[in-house]
Amino acid sequence: MSEGMLIGFTVLLPVVGAMAVLVLRATPNMREAGTLFAGVATFWHVLGLLYLVQEGARPRLELFEVVPGVPIVFEVEPLGMVFALVASFLWPVTTLYAIGYMRGHHEENQTRFFFFFAIAIAGALGVAFSGNLFTLFLFYEFLTFCTFPLVTHHQTEEAKRSGRIYLGILLATSVGFQLLAIIWTWQLAGTVEFMDGGILAGTASVGVLSAILVLYVYGVGKAALMPFHRWLPAAMVAPTPVSALLHAVAVVKAGVFTVLKIAVYVFGIDLLQTLATTSWMAWAAAATIILGSLVAFTKDNLKARLAYSTISQLSYIVLGAMLANEMGIIGGGMHIAMHAFGKITLFFAAGAVMVAAHEKKISRMHGLGRTMPITFGAFFIGSLSIIGLPPAGGSWSKWFLGMGTLESGQLGLLAVLMVSSLLGLYYLLEVPVKAFFFKPPEGSHHHEGIHEAPTTSLIAICVTAAATIALFFWPELWYDLMTMAVSGTGEVAP
Amino acid sequence: MSEHLPALLVVVPLLLAPVAALVGRWKVAWAVAAAACWWTLYASVSLLQRIRVEGPISYELGGWVPPYGIEYRIDLVSIFVAIIVAAIGAVTIPYARTSIAKEVEEDRGPLFYAAFLLCLSGLLGISVTGDVFNVFVFLEISSLSAYSMIALGKDRRALTASFQYLIMGSVGASFIVIGIGLMYVMTGTLNMADLAVRLPEVADNRTIPVAFTFLTVGITLKLALFPLHLWLPNAYTYAPSAVTAFIASTATKVSVYLLLRFFFTIFGETFSYEAMQLDMVLMPLSIVAILAMSLVAIYQANVKRLLAFSSVAQIGYMVLGISFGSVLGVTAGIIHLFNHALMKGALFMAMGCVMYSVGSVRIEKMAGLGKRMPWTMAAFVGGGLSLIGVPATVGFVSKWYLVQAALEQGSWAIAGVVMVGSLMALIYVWKVVEVAYFQEPDPDHEIREAPLSLLLPTWALVAASFYFGIDASLTADVATQAAETLIGGIQ
Repeated sequence: MSEGMLIGFTVLLPVVGAMAVLVLRATPNMREAGTLFAGVATFWHVLGLLYLVQEGARPRLELFEVVPGVPIVFEVEPLGMVFALVASFLWPVTTLYAIGYMRGHHEENQTRFFFFFAIAIAGALGVAFSGNLFTLFLFYEFLTFCTFPLVTHHQTEEAKRSGRIYLGILLATSVGFQLLAIIWTWQLAGTVEFMDGGILAGTASVGVLSAILVLYVYGVGKAALMPFHRWLPAAMVAPTPVSALLHAVAVVKAGVFTVLKIAVYVFGIDLLQTLATTSWMAWAAAATIILGSLVAFTKDNLKARLAYSTISQLSYIVLGAMLANEMGIIGGGMHIAMHAFGKITLFFAAGAVMVAAHEKKISRMHGLGRTMPITFGAFFIGSLSIIGLPPAGGSWSKWFLGMGTLESGQLGLLAVLMVSSLLGLYYLLEVPVKAFFFKPPEGSHHHEGIHEAPTTSLIAICVTAAATIALFFWPELWYDLMTMAVSGTGEVAP
Repeated sequence: MSEHLPALLVVVPLLLAPVAALVGRWKVAWAVAAAACWWTLYASVSLLQRIRVEGPISYELGGWVPPYGIEYRIDLVSIFVAIIVAAIGAVTIPYARTSIAKEVEEDRGPLFYAAFLLCLSGLLGISVTGDVFNVFVFLEISSLSAYSMIALGKDRRALTASFQYLIMGSVGASFIVIGIGLMYVMTGTLNMADLAVRLPEVADNRTIPVAFTFLTVGITLKLALFPLHLWLPNAYTYAPSAVTAFIASTATKVSVYLLLRFFFTIFGETFSYEAMQLDMVLMPLSIVAILAMSLVAIYQANVKRLLAFSSVAQIGYMVLGISFGSVLGVTAGIIHLFNHALMKGALFMAMGCVMYSVGSVRIEKMAGLGKRMPWTMAAFVGGGLSLIGVPATVGFVSKWYLVQAALEQGSWAIAGVVMVGSLMALIYVWKVVEVAYFQEPDPDHEIREAPLSLLLPTWALVAASFYFGIDASLTADVATQAAETLIGGIQ
């Protein structure tokens, strides 16, 4: 199989999986086996591409021109590889989890659920492998629309309202700002290709380019930079597997990935350093980090707390991009992976509590740790990663981000990272601590008869928790990929 | 025969119209009309191929040498519009068979097909003729037949809608003929190419600006530019579904073509934009059209009416592109002619399916249709995405060019208006989607999916609106070349 074919095949596989879901809808077991198989196959193909990328190749697939000069094109480069690896690995794992969750929770319309789930992965892979801004935008919007039925899965009044916020904010930012910035880029640079070192340098005055940067950063609504973050908590109305994969991994990571990709391949680090708005945007991200953590504090609903924690963590990556130095970009890129594994573990655990104990509120989880030790143990590990403590993967990305702030000489931003970690320490660890060490309320029997979540879900939780720890000991893969991305030569820096 | 193709393109549907009326049988009349529609599509496509190879075609009607006789002059712009008209006609006619049978009194069927063919031939005539008086004649043919088709709607309000359109349309046509008359008085010619040569000689005379003004008002009335759009919403709402789909995708488009013809080919860009400062009129009006009419669309309870207001807003996009007076702007306008025809055709056809099965297109009657009529509503969503301008749909391609044209002029704010317009489209499209997919269907009311004969044409247009959104190189090339010919004048 040629390299180009391999890319096309990888992006199409989830679609094939989706078709399989439709065809096999009569027998749920076969249907789920179909998605699982497609998921594993997709991951396998992504590994094939990873091998090529590690060799220093940039596999490329050019389809046709949409309008003259603007083709649909895929190009696999190291940064995209990071995102694709994360999304394609976690898809089958989440499917495994979803099987237990959807059945345990007696959700309706499961076929539609698994169908759009698979389609959304195709969208995420399309974003990851896009070779120019147009292709990126195409799949970015595709992802918005095909996740809408997932977010509004319950079709209740609340789901409808949340769906409005979701679609409204994501489209308003992407059409209003991002598309404008893309067309502007096309007008200035005469190309929308992603290139090492960027395409915008020298095409217009610093003032104009600074404005375009702001349009891009706010235009990527999926990165949930405040004040365009409201869609993320709204989307938590979805079933937990959706929140887990799409709103901790695929959708939000597509957003921050886009920011990183634009920073590295459209502006280029050197140009970013000269723009006035780069540090403004870094501080906007810093503000989101702190505010997001503070709001997370106030939430008693576990999923809502995790949502605000996600908002806060996403801005770490935006911050990494806006530090405009290699360390920052490396840290940001690694954080895509590290945060994904940590946060998905947390969501899995939250969903497991919902299925097994029907509890959403943290204040009512006292003592639950004794009946569900695996779930809350995994939650503890995930929390460590998000806070950035060893032995969890999150400590590496935080380390590099911290280095980045030092390199740029912005001690204030380093302080923001520290404060945010401290806040995280409290609002995340509160959950397992209360579950393990607090006594259930006197005279209440509502924990009786509660067991761990369904087996498939439990397996998924263990896999992601174990991976979170493994990432601490073996982070080289991500580090090497990100080094390749920033050095731009295709060679691994020594 | 192929050398007479330019004339036959117009004459065949014109002559088959009385045949359709006289055969008296519903199905035979339909067969005659269908044959004529499909033939014109074939003829216009083969003309396009000829023009792309050989350049513009000049055809002397009756062998009279222009400028004395009537000349049919077909260049890339004309054939582009003719293909839109013929293609929409060819897709509408199989749709009409089922839809019209339900929505029009049975004994009027043959009359409907006769009027349909007359309208088709009038619209094709406008796009291929090179003679301004001939333009007026065809305009009247197409308009009169359109009035009668609208009046065929079973809803009695169709009569007032048609009457309103008749009055407004006739005012517009009179303005146009006055403009043409004034030009004739000054130059003694009616041939477009000849006018283009002679007009500059007399341009200092005040008569010419007056003629220009009459023509501008007349044509903008016909193409329903805000605030001269008042006839349009009622006409689109109460006409039979197939008629709405056809007229919405063709009649206003042909009027936009006329605008291009008069401003660029006949008066010339310099006169229109520098002496007359046309952009100062068109630009603000089209911006208001985009914003105000989208806003009005949001508040409509009848989905056909909603789409009608959306059409007025979309016409604003076309005119906005043209008002830039640049190659990029005119390209954007021309591309949107085609793209809007596809998406609005698809949307109105989807509404026709709803009309067929539900008997109403009021928004509250569409509760639960996502489940009951999945294919129809999926088509609506598809067309709606295009209206919003999501990438991989034709709407996106239009937006891409239009925003580029705005940025080229350095007008940030106008680029912003285009974006705001698409977000407003999101609101009014999603309003329908939410009702169809989030509300439970009425259990007492049995609703079935529309028949295939309605769904297939609808989906043909939806598919086209995705196809030309993913691979727009053909439309973009043709539109760019067309814009260059227009701005470069007649070669």
